[in-house]
Amino acid sequence: MSSIGTGYDLSVTTFSPDGRVFQVEYATKAVDNSGTVVGIKCKDGIVLGVEKLVTSKMMLEGSNRRIHSVHRHSGLAVAGLAADGRQIVSRAKSEAASYEKVYGEPISVKELADRVSSYVHLCTLYWWLRPFGCGVILGGYDRDGPQLYMIEPSGLSHKYFGAALGKGRQAAKTEIEKLKLSELTCREGIVEVAKIIYGVHDEAKDKAFELELSWICDESNRQHQKVPNDLLEQAKVAAQAALEEMDAD
Amino acid sequence: MEEQKWDQPMGGFNAASRSQMAEAAAGGEESQRTLYPYVTGTSVIALKYKDGVIMACDTGASYGSTLRYKSVERIKAVGKHSLIGGSGEFSDFQEILRYLDELTLSDHMWDDGNSLGPKEIHSYLTRVMYNRRNKFDPLWNALVLGGVKMGPKGAEKYLGMVNMIGTHFEENHIATGFGNHLAIPILRAEWSEDMTFEEAVKLVEKCLLVLLYRDRSSINKFQVAKITTEGATIYPPYSLKTFWGFSHFENPAQGAVGSW
Repeated sequence: MSSIGTGYDLSVTTFSPDGRVFQVEYATKAVDNSGTVVGIKCKDGIVLGVEKLVTSKMMLEGSNRRIHSVHRHSGLAVAGLAADGRQIVSRAKSEAASYEKVYGEPISVKELADRVSSYVHLCTLYWWLRPFGCGVILGGYDRDGPQLYMIEPSGLSHKYFGAALGKGRQAAKTEIEKLKLSELTCREGIVEVAKIIYGVHDEAKDKAFELELSWICDESNRQHQKVPNDLLEQAKVAAQAALEEMDAD
Repeated sequence: MEEQKWDQPMGGFNAASRSQMAEAAAGGEESQRTLYPYVTGTSVIALKYKDGVIMACDTGASYGSTLRYKSVERIKAVGKHSLIGGSGEFSDFQEILRYLDELTLSDHMWDDGNSLGPKEIHSYLTRVMYNRRNKFDPLWNALVLGGVKMGPKGAEKYLGMVNMIGTHFEENHIATGFGNHLAIPILRAEWSEDMTFEEAVKLVEKCLLVLLYRDRSSINKFQVAKITTEGATIYPPYSLKTFWGFSHFENPAQGAVGSW
């Protein structure tokens, strides 16, 4: 699906004759080449998972976090250029803090998604700024229950039951669609997300990866946090077992 | 408003308020800064005991000499390891709680296994209070900060206080307001290292009772709170039994002579 946008792709403020903004599409390519990020909305909360590709054996485990807390009740998982992602997270944190300062209550997930997507979109409007080379999955739990949003480099934002970004997104989306999300609890959801990420990981192309999982659910007191270590290990074991089963047949 | 003399039942404030009133009278400028407190809480008592720190105060807030609010929680948990108790201007206490909330939120979002301990929070509050004092716009409070945090030597208990002029120190027992005069002598005589929770509550109740009898801005509704390595617990309010059956109170007009 690659088309050469000769001449029309030099600036984010230029449309092509067929109405496309190539710079934004190229930004999306950066997201498509990154490690898979998955988010699902379960019955009692949200689970976010990232396939963190390890580029060097010297890297300390647990470093280079791809999932960040934005406020007590929400988390942002980043796919694409990690440094760009940090900028978005930083902006989201400050939006959440300023909302609470003004209105006296935590920002709703919908409002937060709105603000993040406006910010991402902003950077596609001026020639002196480049678009963010990352897509984010925002999961939060507020008065209206658990919600999942995905924001793309174009600034487009939608609410989802399940979302995936990155290399394995097609396969991941297929797997997510097979799940009965309305009946799944977050505890079960963790295992499912782990299985999906282990499943879409391409052993041939990328060697090592680290699984990063976080959740916001009734069990975590509606606060965004890393999945507790024991549950994380259980999920990894189950995922690996499922993988072996798949390989066996 | 500038001419009104407010009754200041809180011990240490008088020095600061006198100089401020002199300034306002001399300069005559429109002061945009805090001149006097309006809604105030009275003493807070705290002491270290075996498992951590215990803190107690009454649930009243006065509007001058009127006991305006009777169900005010003047002790709050801060983060995972501390309790803060505030006497003095209640709105300033609420503002301080907001600052602490922002502080603990950004700490929480780092999610790196670290969390702010009582010593750090005390240090932060000292900076805030002292800097406001230097601008002649103080937060009119005496704050008590107590907590326990696991350190290299095990569970480290911490108790300190900081007031509106930025004076801060760490001690085994703290009292603010009238407690400085009435409770501290009792605490100095009867506090010991590693008291049990029951002993600590008894000591605290002894101090609270004296304050109830003698501090006109205290009310008979108290809250006790404790902080241990397990976390903070703020107990529901309760009252102490008082005794008024003194012979002198029985027939107060007995010795009265005269027609006035």
